[in-house]
Amino acid sequence: MGEQILNQVVWPLLHIVAIVLPLVLAVAMFVYWERKVIGWMHVRMGPNKVGPLGLLQAFADVVKLLLKEVILPTNANRFLYYLAPLLALVPALAAWSVIPFGDRLVLANVNAGLLYLLAMTSLGVYGIILAGWASNSRYALLGAMRSAAQVISYELAMGLCLVCVLVLAGSLNLTDIVHAQAGGKGLFDWFWLPLLPVFVVYFISGVAETNRAPFDVAEGESEIVAGFHVEYSGSAFALFFLAEYANMILVSFLASVLFLGGWLSPFPASWGWLGQGSFLWLLAKAFAFAFLFLWFRASFPRYRYDQIMRLGWKVFIPITIVWVLVAGCMKYFGWVSVGTGV
Amino acid sequence: MLAEYWPILLFIGVATGLGLVLLAIGLLAGPRRPESEKLSPYECGFEAFEDARMRFDVRYYLLAILFIIFDLEIAFLFPWAVVFQHIGIVALIEMALFLLLLVIGFAYVWKKGALEWE
Repeated sequence: MGEQILNQVVWPLLHIVAIVLPLVLAVAMFVYWERKVIGWMHVRMGPNKVGPLGLLQAFADVVKLLLKEVILPTNANRFLYYLAPLLALVPALAAWSVIPFGDRLVLANVNAGLLYLLAMTSLGVYGIILAGWASNSRYALLGAMRSAAQVISYELAMGLCLVCVLVLAGSLNLTDIVHAQAGGKGLFDWFWLPLLPVFVVYFISGVAETNRAPFDVAEGESEIVAGFHVEYSGSAFALFFLAEYANMILVSFLASVLFLGGWLSPFPASWGWLGQGSFLWLLAKAFAFAFLFLWFRASFPRYRYDQIMRLGWKVFIPITIVWVLVAGCMKYFGWVSVGTGV
Repeated sequence: MLAEYWPILLFIGVATGLGLVLLAIGLLAGPRRPESEKLSPYECGFEAFEDARMRFDVRYYLLAILFIIFDLEIAFLFPWAVVFQHIGIVALIEMALFLLLLVIGFAYVWKKGALEWE
């Protein structure tokens, strides 16, 4: 009985802590990195006062946020107002349970991993719309409407991208999807090559899904101040913040797993240790994607709302629908070689 | 097989717990000094109107309906994508027909201007 509890509860809990703790730290460091990178791109210093090189800035911000007053606006719906940040955070964290960090290095190696991910990323929109409605503020409501419409629009394109990956891999299991990208040729075996348009659409949709620049009309400081979380302060705001950054890192990891071969090495297997798969490869790929988020933010002006909707509905959805069939033909007629695992 | 999902449930529990703890820390450790100006909804310094839950553009509603249709389509594509290579060319053609029907619907929606945001 004691051993059963150990195996069923304690070990999984330790694994979960081993995912959540680095993730939260990664969010903190990512926020610091974002401010630093954007600072450099603006020819500024970025944060450099708290701790060596400003490294402790993010932790100072967390402490500050936790010690501030959480304001409940008049006429706000108390229950939904506090529920919304939770609904934003929980899916953003829970989605990590199926990410394969390496061969056999996954918390829950479920058969329906991709479906679970699609479900979890869809749930995030409830946090947004509830936050906007519950805070009884016009800015919040407008921001929530915009944001929700944008998120669901890009979710369609994203879902179709996942279908393309699925067609080639033939499995919903994320570990199998990575194995299907293994082969002798290193990075030319990965799915980004046969699915190049889909790969681009997927990452841009990911940026739009997380409401990041240049698709950040939901926050649009110059129009609707901060969008759906304008009334949130203190730790309730911190939850939204944590969720947003956890989602960005999640999209980076997913793009690496689905299109860039996860933990696989970009070099041919014959290159000795350089050709071996490792968690470090996955980390490097995800970091590159995460950096793109920041680069976009520093480079591009915000899209107009009608442009965002046009891009999502009239460009991405047609491209991905066509590519579902192209991928089907590729797979059926054997135009691409799909590995069956190493 | 269902046992594989147990860690996911645990993870959701841990995530909820983390959220609740953070929220509770903020509510307990933060000061609480309400006053009417502070609690009024933020409207750039104007007097707030009574209720902000106003009517919104019908296009959002339309968009939500379209989303459901296309999301269902994707839900149909998922099982197909997993098994189609075992069924063979028939599955490929059938799915092409299915997609064609949806593309006709999509073209109709597009032509009707439901996707326009001026």
